[in-house]
Amino acid sequence: MGDSHTPLDGTHTPLDREIILATQSGLPLVAEPYQQIADQIGVDVSLIKARLLAMQDDGRIRRIGAVPNHYKLGYTGNGMSVWDVPDDQIQILGEMVGKLSFVSHCYHRPRFLPDWSYNLFAMVHGRNRDEVFEKAKQIEVLLGEHCRAHDILFSTRILKKTGIRIGA
Amino acid sequence: MDELDKKIINELQRDFPVCDHPFAVAAEQLGTTEEDLIVRVQRLMDEKILTRFGPLFNADRFGGGLSLCAIAVPEEDFDTVTEKVNAFPQVAHNYQRDHELNMWFVLATETPAELDVTLEAIEADTGLTVRNMPKLQEFYVGLHFEI
Repeated sequence: MGDSHTPLDGTHTPLDREIILATQSGLPLVAEPYQQIADQIGVDVSLIKARLLAMQDDGRIRRIGAVPNHYKLGYTGNGMSVWDVPDDQIQILGEMVGKLSFVSHCYHRPRFLPDWSYNLFAMVHGRNRDEVFEKAKQIEVLLGEHCRAHDILFSTRILKKTGIRIGA
Repeated sequence: MDELDKKIINELQRDFPVCDHPFAVAAEQLGTTEEDLIVRVQRLMDEKILTRFGPLFNADRFGGGLSLCAIAVPEEDFDTVTEKVNAFPQVAHNYQRDHELNMWFVLATETPAELDVTLEAIEADTGLTVRNMPKLQEFYVGLHFEI
């Protein structure tokens, strides 16, 4: 306990692991949530707070907060835009697309030729499909001649959204 | 949802404080009380307006397997296949999309080796080919919805 060495190769201190297991389905909605986690694990709350901050610092925790259901907030046009761009240009193009305010995730993924030629993925969110089309047009303009083909896959239903479980 | 609920949703997508009374600190910024904020967050969770509240872990940094997968599911089998795929605890998110590849899900496993095993198990259960599209590079991740 209290070991400050936290490598990023998937090994955590035993306490980090316990904290992850105790919080991955969410923080308890009580006045002192970190105290409740501390009581549950059986350590002092100062350790819990220190380890949470350390995990935020080293990137294992992106942030602590709320994840809204974007459908319920009126963002019903959610398009996964996919682009076929030259592999030798994808670094600079991906960074450009990722900087757009309406793009929430931007990744390079493998192609499946011949029927799936897209290698750049950008999630675009809008209040309706027209808004997503308009934003995708902006990406197309930005990519210019490097855009060889593209498509937008709209989500029509959330089938599951439990989030990622780290496991016991 | 009233104006304060909207403010809460916007504000709680930023960093929630790590201190003894974090709801009290957040409530002060929002112009309400600790008790009211807790009740409202609980209600937003119950109404499924919020899907999660807590630390958002970066699965990349955990040394496990992580991938985006897609299946072309025949329309008439969609519900059955959904049930089979969702039954795997390694399936974290699953979305229906309007494309021939109409089912897209995120697979997260404890070890990289478990990812391949799970992919094979899903293929065996559904009788369908799973396209495995792990990210080769991340350019940006930053979810934030202003309302």
